Amino acid sequence: MILCGNRVHGHRRGLRVSRTLLSGNESVARGAWEAGAVVGVGYPGTPSTETLEHFAKLPDVYAEWTPNEKVAFEVAAGVSLAGSRVLVTMKHVGLNVAADPLFTLAYTGVRGGIVLLVADDPGMHSSQNEQDSHNYAAFARVPMVDPSDSAEALAFTRQAFEMSERFDLPVLVRSTVRVSHAKSLVDLGERVQLPEPAPYLSDPQKWVMMPAMATRRRLDLDRRISELREFAEETMLNCLELRNRSIGVVCAGACYLHVREALPDASTFKLGLTFPLSEQRLREFAASVERLYVVEEADDYFTRTVRSFGIEVEPLAIPKAGELTPGVIRSAFGILEPETREQETDLPGRSPLLCAGCPHRLVFYALRQADAVVTGDIGCYALGALKPLGAMDSCVCMGSSIGMAHGIELAGGVSGRPVVAVIGDSTFAHSGLTGLMNTVYNGGTGTILILDNRITAMTGHQGNPINGITLQKRPSREIDLEVLVRALGVERVRVENPHDLSATTAAIAEETASDQLSVIIFRAPCALLIREKADPYAVDEDACRKCGLCFRLGCPAISRNESTSQASIDTAACVGCGQCVEVCRYGAIVRSGSACDFRGAEG
Amino acid sequence: MKTTTVMLCGVGGQGTILAADLLAKVAAAAGLEVKLSEVHGMSQRGGSVDTVVRFGAEVFSPVTDPGMVDHLVAFEVIEAARRIHFVKLDGRLLVNSRTMQPLPVLTGDCAAPQDLEALLANEGAIFVDAEELACESGSPKSANVVLMGALSTGLPFDEDLWCDVIAGRVPQSTIEANLRAFSLGRAACLGGECLW
Ligand code: SF4
Ligand code: SF4
Repeated sequence: MILCGNRVHGHRRGLRVSRTLLSGNESVARGAWEAGAVVGVGYPGTPSTETLEHFAKLPDVYAEWTPNEKVAFEVAAGVSLAGSRVLVTMKHVGLNVAADPLFTLAYTGVRGGIVLLVADDPGMHSSQNEQDSHNYAAFARVPMVDPSDSAEALAFTRQAFEMSERFDLPVLVRSTVRVSHAKSLVDLGERVQLPEPAPYLSDPQKWVMMPAMATRRRLDLDRRISELREFAEETMLNCLELRNRSIGVVCAGACYLHVREALPDASTFKLGLTFPLSEQRLREFAASVERLYVVEEADDYFTRTVRSFGIEVEPLAIPKAGELTPGVIRSAFGILEPETREQETDLPGRSPLLCAGCPHRLVFYALRQADAVVTGDIGCYALGALKPLGAMDSCVCMGSSIGMAHGIELAGGVSGRPVVAVIGDSTFAHSGLTGLMNTVYNGGTGTILILDNRITAMTGHQGNPINGITLQKRPSREIDLEVLVRALGVERVRVENPHDLSATTAAIAEETASDQLSVIIFRAPCALLIREKADPYAVDEDACRKCGLCFRLGCPAISRNESTSQASIDTAACVGCGQCVEVCRYGAIVRSGSACDFRGAEG
Repeated sequence: MKTTTVMLCGVGGQGTILAADLLAKVAAAAGLEVKLSEVHGMSQRGGSVDTVVRFGAEVFSPVTDPGMVDHLVAFEVIEAARRIHFVKLDGRLLVNSRTMQPLPVLTGDCAAPQDLEALLANEGAIFVDAEELACESGSPKSANVVLMGALSTGLPFDEDLWCDVIAGRVPQSTIEANLRAFSLGRAACLGGECLW
């Protein structure tokens, strides 16, 4: 017996229409477009980024990147106030930034529907923590839906817009890497034709959240949530699937798919609406199975909530941290794993690294030479923490580097070592500005390096306010970073070319020695933006003295020849940036001819 | 049809994502259910990456586990060895005969692993020199398509279907070279001692 909205399940297809292979992110974008959203707004963050990029390419929509997630959500609130439907996208840590307007938007509610995609990263493939965003839905009291695959991502997003307007609340769509970056087949629908929004009428009782009004909206929020609780008992977003009744599993999102794979005969209660939970139907499900389990990743949100209804949940030895797979679930249920070949455990690791020609490389090299204590930030340059550069002492959240460097200064600094904050251009715009303002305001004297590579690189090269490239390529303007920093009150500001080692070293030495606050803008485009590859370099075997200095750059094109111990350059990987030439003291690195490019195709 | 699991692995930037996309589209065009799962972001910067494609009459999870992979397509030798335990005991192992040493080896901090090709051959690996064949096809960047040609010999999809999907997915100007790359990969595997 299966009770749910069958049509939304990609794997239970009925009549075959022409189906398209889409990622979860593309499907959320498509669902928003089909629901008539006219504006999309967000800040890039893995694994959410492609959602807004895809939305921006659909017809008759306006889409923009904002400097950060808080601004994105505020823009969305404005679109809603004006009566239109809007999609907002961000990753889980971005929701921390947007949490301020989110909590109050639960009070005001919406005019045009607001749907916010929040993409979680259990297992931390590309994040600094693995928080479970379900908690936000419960905390802010806004409904949340969890699609498990692309077909549901599309259908649930469409429905989320209906819910947003019906219940007068923003609605969160939660995905994870295995939804956002998984592809499966979807049936595309038509875009709904929404009536023109009703004429604008100001409504301060609803939208001006000062105490007198907010107290009323607070009570109204309770009313809306209790309506939602009734909806939770009937919605087809939740799906009761009775099979063998000895085991019943409550699950949601991609975990549902892993459960189906691991325990094909088990009964499942698949939660599509994950806040609020349907207490009554959960109770019925629990009564119809012998033992009830909850399977979830990274936190125990469902377990806690189901138990809070007084429903008994069997304990299950599932790891608290990291991503689930069908195999992890099988072993938690004591199912024998297949025989496997022996795992090769003594292979050298292959962590990500700064690209060949990355303009940040020499800066980290110079910081290491200067024995600096470096507070770092989120982005490609976090890779400067890895060996052999190993030039970063902290990396916590967007914008944290500047505040942390100031904090170290307040604590008296680190004896005998300069303290330097390093931040990228996009991150500086996101939340470095306020940190810098604080340092200026409170008379800090630190040294801040802005690594301006003209792009938001790590998430796949998005524009940002510093480079003035907009999502739909509409005209904009670059921000003059130097003028901006001066306007904040920093007097010592200089712009340097990070490909020039002696200039880089000298700038760092001079500014860290100064007892004034200083900002060095190291400006050079990300290596991946440079289309024309310069001729590669090669090592002159007569001149190379095996000193190994160039190895310390960590350029993936440079290696140590095992038999001669000399350096050697892979001409296919070298982009001819010339950084190693500057490091070599013996002039052993020289230009060579070009080579057949052996690197992989796009994608 | 029972569900088939293919894992493509390599080094970030080698084109595993495009290759996986081709395979998934072929399976979909053949009327099967298909799921694909990949990881973007950090690891694409030269890190160790893998993408899983699963297809059949019914597919649930987009990810897989040790001992469950029917076909492992490794774009690089060390990455092949790193995932050898994922391959079913009777699964297939297709390896691009190219080694890219990870940074700790390049800088001399860590010894280069020895005899991996022999180890893989011992496990029944079939080697294809995809870069060489890609250069031969006139599209040096199509090593990933060469490998899909080699993989295709072990899958139940028509060559024409593959060609249609490739032609619809790669840039117009490179269609011919990519189709050549595909058939070179296919021939390499059908020729030699390929057991598929
Ligand atoms: S993507 Fe650009 S900024 Fe990032 S590591 Fe590569 S070159 Fe550096
Ligand atoms: S080998 Fe030298 S010139 Fe080539 S990319 Fe690396 S640092 Fe730049």
